[in-house]
Amino acid sequence: MGRLRDNRLGIAGWGYAGRYGFERYAYFFQRLTGLGILLYFSLHIFVTAYRAFGEQAWTRVMSGVDKPFFKLGEYMLFMAVAYHALNGLRVLFSELGLFMGKPIRPVYPYETSLKRQRPLFFIVMALAGVIIVMGGLDLIRYFRP
Amino acid sequence: MKIKVKVSRFDPDKSPERYFSEYELEVSEGMTVLDGLIWLKENADPTISFRYSCRMGVCGSCAMMINSYPHLACHTQILEITKSVLVLEPLCNHANVRDLICDFSAFFEKHRTIKPHLLREDAEKLDLTGEISQTPQELESYLQFSYCIKCGICVAACPTCATDKEYLGPQALAQAYRYTQDSRDAGGDKRIEAAAEGHGIHHCHYAGACSEACPKGVDPAFAIQLFRKQMVLRSLGLKETRPPAGEMPPMTLNPKPNIPKPPEPTIK
Repeated sequence: MGRLRDNRLGIAGWGYAGRYGFERYAYFFQRLTGLGILLYFSLHIFVTAYRAFGEQAWTRVMSGVDKPFFKLGEYMLFMAVAYHALNGLRVLFSELGLFMGKPIRPVYPYETSLKRQRPLFFIVMALAGVIIVMGGLDLIRYFRP
Repeated sequence: MKIKVKVSRFDPDKSPERYFSEYELEVSEGMTVLDGLIWLKENADPTISFRYSCRMGVCGSCAMMINSYPHLACHTQILEITKSVLVLEPLCNHANVRDLICDFSAFFEKHRTIKPHLLREDAEKLDLTGEISQTPQELESYLQFSYCIKCGICVAACPTCATDKEYLGPQALAQAYRYTQDSRDAGGDKRIEAAAEGHGIHHCHYAGACSEACPKGVDPAFAIQLFRKQMVLRSLGLKETRPPAGEMPPMTLNPKPNIPKPPEPTIK
């Protein structure tokens, strides 16, 4: 086996994949946003743990995070959650075989279930886009009161 | 038209690293990547190694990465892909043996894991001269997934296979559904058990690249989602397991009049 060359793409293969459709990149962003949300939860627990050290420590840490950098981070988190939740719903529907039609005879040019569920993909992405823009308006209000 | 062809080369006897060899190729309309490779092997470099057999998209031997996308070399015309540089590499997510050749032993081992054949307890008692009845609707429910030629392209396209070596992969999982859905089969529980293992069906998140890349229109991602749906319904008790379809006696046909009878057998 030592004479074989491992040709797996690795994590880089999630991101760069070549000329594939939207769904493969949606898969990558789902993982990326999932990891981002996980990172936020770790930081969230770290920050809220300061409550245990008394009121002064809590006030100090809260004023520390009330900065444009963290507001921007919060907005990125908001974008990640909006995308992750809505795309997650699409994946959940797909994993239960919904909105994908029925098996067909493979007659060239082949049609796949991806094409049949693509309207759902676009609806979900449009919804995520609307939510992200609405959140963006709130962010603008923070910077320009 | 002349194009540049870059071929990934790997020879473990010479170096553990791969490198690229470059060639010039005169391309004519309709020339496939496999035609080009055969020309290069005959006229430019006899040491290029690649695998092929049927040359008509049936055997699945010549699958490779063609300009970073998995295709069958015999099924891909060069001018449809490029008019300048053609880059040929071995399939991703498979171990590379030499140049454009991959090792498929792990791939076939995973295929065997899901028992890709009809399983039924009464197999020994079946009258093999008869037929097992199946309606056209029952046939349509799995026929699409039975066109798999085991070329390994779906595994090369799958992002989960890119990081999970143990993952069963779209080919094996789609075939698990193909046989489970077959009304002649009664081995669904065994396949569900195999597919639900740690590196099994739950690692698929419908990236869909396998279905896009499949050169036979098999749509493995769809089969996997339908299989998962079936697993969920079974675990909730919403789908009853059915007995396998029964035997039918051979159809007795009434031959048309005026058709001569076959000659008597010469060997008794």
